[in-house]
Amino acid sequence: MTLAAPGVERRGAGFRRAAAQSDGRMPLRTAAGLGLGAAVLWLSLLVLLPLAAVIVKGTGNGWSGFWDALTTREALSALRLTVFSSIGVAALNAVIGTLIAWVLVRDRFRGKRVVEVVIDIPFALPTIVAGLVLLTLYGPHSPVGVNWYATTRGVILALLFVTLPFVVRTVQPVLIGLDREVEEAAASLGASRFTTFLRVILPAILPAIAGGAALAFARAMGEYGSVVLISGGLQFKTEISSMYVYSQIENDQLAAAAATATALLAISLVVIGLLDIVQRWAARRG
Amino acid sequence: MKRFPMNRMRAAVLSRLRGRHLLATLTVALVATVGLVACTSSNAATSSGNGKRLSVVAYSVAKPAYDALQKGFASTTGGSGVTWRSSYGASGDQSRAVQHGQQADYLAFSLEPDLTRLVPKFVASDWNNGPTKGLVSESVVAIVVRKGNPKKITGWDDLARSGVKIVTPDPGSSGSAKWNILAAYTHVLARGGTDAEAETYLKKFYANVVSKPDSGSKATQTFLNGTGDVLISYENEAIAARQKGQALDYIVPAESILIENPAAVTVTAPQAAKDFLTYVVSADGQKVLASKGFRPVLAGTSLPTVVGANDPAKPFPTVAHLVTVADLGGWNAINKKYFDDPTGIVSRIEAGAQ
Amino acid sequence: MDSQIAPAATTDLSAPIVVGKAPTQPRRPRRTGTYVLRSIAVGYVGVLVLVPLAVVVWRTIQPGLDTFWETVADRTAVHAIVLTGVVTGITVLLNVVFGIGMALLLVRYRFPGRRLLNILIDLPLAVSPIVVGLALILVYGQEGGWLSGLGVQVIYSIPGMVLATAFVSLPLVVRELVPVLEEEGLDQELAARSLGANARQCFRRITLPTIKWALAYGVVLSLARAIGEFGAVKVVSGNVIGQTQTVTLLVDERAEQFEPGAYQASILLIAVTVICIVGVSLIHPPEGRS
Repeated sequence: MTLAAPGVERRGAGFRRAAAQSDGRMPLRTAAGLGLGAAVLWLSLLVLLPLAAVIVKGTGNGWSGFWDALTTREALSALRLTVFSSIGVAALNAVIGTLIAWVLVRDRFRGKRVVEVVIDIPFALPTIVAGLVLLTLYGPHSPVGVNWYATTRGVILALLFVTLPFVVRTVQPVLIGLDREVEEAAASLGASRFTTFLRVILPAILPAIAGGAALAFARAMGEYGSVVLISGGLQFKTEISSMYVYSQIENDQLAAAAATATALLAISLVVIGLLDIVQRWAARRG
Repeated sequence: MKRFPMNRMRAAVLSRLRGRHLLATLTVALVATVGLVACTSSNAATSSGNGKRLSVVAYSVAKPAYDALQKGFASTTGGSGVTWRSSYGASGDQSRAVQHGQQADYLAFSLEPDLTRLVPKFVASDWNNGPTKGLVSESVVAIVVRKGNPKKITGWDDLARSGVKIVTPDPGSSGSAKWNILAAYTHVLARGGTDAEAETYLKKFYANVVSKPDSGSKATQTFLNGTGDVLISYENEAIAARQKGQALDYIVPAESILIENPAAVTVTAPQAAKDFLTYVVSADGQKVLASKGFRPVLAGTSLPTVVGANDPAKPFPTVAHLVTVADLGGWNAINKKYFDDPTGIVSRIEAGAQ
Repeated sequence: MDSQIAPAATTDLSAPIVVGKAPTQPRRPRRTGTYVLRSIAVGYVGVLVLVPLAVVVWRTIQPGLDTFWETVADRTAVHAIVLTGVVTGITVLLNVVFGIGMALLLVRYRFPGRRLLNILIDLPLAVSPIVVGLALILVYGQEGGWLSGLGVQVIYSIPGMVLATAFVSLPLVVRELVPVLEEEGLDQELAARSLGANARQCFRRITLPTIKWALAYGVVLSLARAIGEFGAVKVVSGNVIGQTQTVTLLVDERAEQFEPGAYQASILLIAVTVICIVGVSLIHPPEGRS
């Protein structure tokens, strides 16, 4: 839309000049500048300063202090359990989440709407309620006799619960937007359904799967409320890093808590950063 | 969650200018009003000028006792109209929380050091000048087992057997844990053993520990959920669990330690808190404590039938070899010998187990 | 982003666009593979989510309605509910105000550090709630916190709980608004300005109506997240029954102490969750109207 009306020259000059820029954005003026200041202040007080404090406290005793705090037997086994469970859960979700997304998009059956709603429940449900829900069915007072309390299986179950929606919800829109003509063309050329999936569909949804899996990984790394009830907190066996950090905070060992917290932050951020790179590479290729 | 479908471009500019902002304005206004109301009401909620609102900070297993004591206090003159804010958690953690600014009027901890660390900033230095020396309840360390005692535990020595899985809290946070460890260690001394033998026993004990939850009540929860064969806890906690209908048995071993629980009011506490403390150490209060499985400190308290005790008519058996804190030289000496990092016996054993 | 627009096969523009519905095509005969996939998907979701939820609902209903009212209407529960409402209300308000502001900044303006702002806003998604609590204690705690000289009690009190809840729900409103604002572009506003509208009118009459559904969506997400926050609040609140105990902390304590009422309080939270989910699925753009 070009603005050729007279009088625009005076009032709208700034906008015209700005709109002419390729990215459609305006430079900051006073009102917006103040808004930016307020936003920066808010983010600093809320996010920046606190996270910086964690990193500072964790590395306050130098690299050796950080490493010592991180590699105590308890901290290390908690970290190992956390990382491996999160990887496992992300991988499992990548597969089953894609499957569920496929069924939701390509299949039609009675009750599909219910499934859609149910999938969103773990995302919106308070984590402690999720924990209680799982403990009820899969804990010591289970009506079906399945007792996974204080086992690694129980921890993984809780993580699967809370990460259920991630891959499903990132893959679904992509599947919906897929151009069916390519698939039909492949089918008409004699490709089996499996080959079509492998060669046509999978490459298209791979970035979304990777994205969802990375989100699931990051969520699983930091999860607390849903795991704490069913895990039982057995040191060296079912204690995950967030539980370890919590007990260190309660014992006033803030430096030790901060060391593990820093490690958790670093791992999650690295994974999300990698994901960003992978997605951009895939987008350029695709 | 579902992505928001994008189909905005079709709308025309002029229709936008037609003031269709009512819904958005209403939403913002509603949220703003709620926020404003929330702010003002939250200020009222956190101000503690009201003398009839008491904040109790206590160790975790004391909750059943204080729930009952608060009810009992309400029927006295000083206690009518009192509302409560109560926090329960591991004794050490709770003590540190008060140090860090958690509001409190009445404090009840598992062991004295958790209280004395708050003197004089939060608690007056004469807190233990009363007739009960600042204590409000007592107990002994008990060994809790599954119903029917399938592992045939009879005393401390059985806990060092291989294959017996022990649940005991973490001494870094829990008061119960320290009592447990002291009882385990000193039972050897009580039978004429040496310190070296006691330390050997404690190492075997530690080798059998499968879980170290943060607090006494968390340890009970862990045990009741199926972890371990044996839980080391307070006698009153075992009784409380049985009162809640949990299926377990407990043994008061032949050698144990006398658990002495202190309580005090803070320097900023209102009169109602002092009245509450007076009530707790009065005959009525002590009777309430006894009904919940705590051994009273007031001499001559008539014991009610204690539901959940091994023998409800005689709920608090005499322990043949009962060690006290005084026997061990007082808490300063105890902390130095056992719990100080890194030279204390327990710290060394825990580090060795790392 | 093309993947988020409904497939071109659907040419009926007046029909509401429902995510998840396959475009109309001739019915193919069902293969066994379809049934296998369907049963795996439904079975997995059922066993993981639906069945445990059903058991909880059953355990809540079983003791009867009297127990339900007793445990939900007792003093500590009522206080927890009110406190959750207060903290949530303040948090959602903050999220709306700063969410709109930051979304506008990100989309409409150019300034150094815009990418950093973008990353900062997304950061809370990657942080464990316990770490959030630790972070706030290190800054606002009274003993040795970086900003401990503020004179306002933050930790062990409501401001701390608001900060913790605001932290975890920070991105929710912004991320809903940004795509909508991006798609709009400046054109409408430029046209409006050229017709004589000032900044305030522009905001009220162009921007706000544009984002109203996305804002509502974000508000509901933020609401659900704030009501359900547990780990971060547990660390900063001190969990004082009757003072700083939210409904989630109440559930935790009742479950821990084997006290009755954990399920009943959970049902309240589950109900709110389901209402929120159903609510957002009903928020469709008014197709055909503007």
